[in-house]
Amino acid sequence: MTRWLLGGLAVVLAAVVGLSLGPAGPTWWRVPLVLLDRLPLLSIDSGVTDAQWNIVWQIRAPRVALAALVGAMLSLAGASYQGVFRNPLVDPYLLGVAAGAGLGATIAFAVNRDTTATWPIDPVPIAAFIGGVVAVALTYTIGTAFGRSRSATTLVLAGVAVTSLATAVQTFVLQRNNDVVRQVYSWILGRLTSATWGDVRLVLPYIAVSAVTLLLYRRVIDVLRVGDDEARALGVNVNQVRIVVVLAATLGTSAAVAVSGLIGFVGIIVPHAVRLLMGSSNRIVLPLSMFAGAAFLIAADIPGRILTSPSETPIGVVTAFFGAPFFLFLLRMREARQ
Amino acid sequence: MNGLNLRGVRVEYGGCAVVSSVDETLSAGEWLCLIGPNGAGKSSLLRALAGLVDFSGSVQLGGSEIRGLSARELARQVAFVAQDPVLPDDMSVIDYVMLGRNPYISTFGRESAHDRDVVAGLITELSLAVYARRMLGTLSGGERQRVVIARALAQEAPVLLLDEPTSALDLGHQQHALELVDRLRRAKNLIVVSAMHDLTLAGLYSDRLLLLHQGVGVARGGAREVLRSETLAEFYGVSARVIHEQDGTVVVVPQRSHGEI
Repeated sequence: MTRWLLGGLAVVLAAVVGLSLGPAGPTWWRVPLVLLDRLPLLSIDSGVTDAQWNIVWQIRAPRVALAALVGAMLSLAGASYQGVFRNPLVDPYLLGVAAGAGLGATIAFAVNRDTTATWPIDPVPIAAFIGGVVAVALTYTIGTAFGRSRSATTLVLAGVAVTSLATAVQTFVLQRNNDVVRQVYSWILGRLTSATWGDVRLVLPYIAVSAVTLLLYRRVIDVLRVGDDEARALGVNVNQVRIVVVLAATLGTSAAVAVSGLIGFVGIIVPHAVRLLMGSSNRIVLPLSMFAGAAFLIAADIPGRILTSPSETPIGVVTAFFGAPFFLFLLRMREARQ
Repeated sequence: MNGLNLRGVRVEYGGCAVVSSVDETLSAGEWLCLIGPNGAGKSSLLRALAGLVDFSGSVQLGGSEIRGLSARELARQVAFVAQDPVLPDDMSVIDYVMLGRNPYISTFGRESAHDRDVVAGLITELSLAVYARRMLGTLSGGERQRVVIARALAQEAPVLLLDEPTSALDLGHQQHALELVDRLRRAKNLIVVSAMHDLTLAGLYSDRLLLLHQGVGVARGGAREVLRSETLAEFYGVSARVIHEQDGTVVVVPQRSHGEI
């Protein structure tokens, strides 16, 4: 129970810091006061004006909420993939989500963007979500049609093939539409800049369903640590568990990618850090990765919006900046252990 | 408890039979040891009984066919110890033994008080209490084997399958592991089916031997019937002296070929 409380506390702390800092709005120390003031039965004079509160609640809050949801989902999905494939280097984009979403977003940018940008609902996240889901559906169809055993390896290889295909089509579309290269590139790097409560509402159901499913399976994912044969001999329907977990993780990842673009490394470095601190039991790694991922992405979003103000550094750049050296460090540690 | 009946069991890999027409009947508390040269089909037969590979023919436990059982139901009936089991280095002994309770825990459930009692009982019974909280990566070969057997026993299955249970152990630990299995099968009335390469130990601990050659049972019976020099020469291609001790023990000693092989 202590672990969950600490995890929840880390998210709350990161959220308060995330809400407090920004290039405009109230002085940072007034934000915790106004948040307390908004709680029932409490009345504190924070000195925050209505206009400043609007900046906190309408601009920063959805951004923090979205960062929490996306970070939690990518980390949980990464930990789940790593658990079912027993490979610590697997990331949530394994089955073609990233390439599919990238293609969907590219098409949305390329098709009459001047008009679609003014639509009440931006079609880019929807197109990205559809692209991600279609890519994974294709991966699953190919993987199960050609792999008679429906093994995980066949599924992964199908994911590699679909990723290559989607990337090739995306490149083709980009070559035909040079004017949107910059926008697509910005999307690929990941961003939470334009987050709204609408985005939060859009992804919340998918991420909730995905997260609940993955957390319910965490005990069985832990049994898989002894290998497929022994897990099967212990009564686990290995292929079924793997398929359900992969599909649930992919659904949540697709939703996250649709609103945030491709934010790299979160799905690898957060579960790894949790394992280093708390051990490898998936019963602990999965829920704590979710909390840690939420806190990490909220925190990672802060330097991007402050350091280069008024312009913003894409969050994917920030996570990669910390993630790439950490990834190499983990590889080094792994080699040293072997 | 009723016995285990195998009738015409056949295992194929890619259309090639690796086990053919094996018939055996085992009663509760009996230990059958599969022997035979490498590639004879010992492990494949064990894996078929554990539900890990498809087979044709019939395998009945207590009069019921095991083929129709779900993975969970089968794991309640048959416990399997692989030749080289995967033991995650940073998993504790008690957590590893608890994995054996998986067949009794629903997919989304947690261990019950009864599950914890069963595991605690086994930890005590197998003298694992002193390292119950230690990580698997810190255990010696003999300790690891004891822990793996504890995990299998936690399944509370009437059939225990052991694939080369002593292959990675020194002589002392081989003896300790086999004595432990023998004690437990008598105490719990388990049917034990094991695959072993050490013919002397196989004959010493099991009730019966089944010699497999190219997937076919070519000799069966007690150690005195199966472990014969001419039989070993024919199916192992080995020159061996078979010594019959006064206490009934059969000892197999390979002889130098002096360049004839």
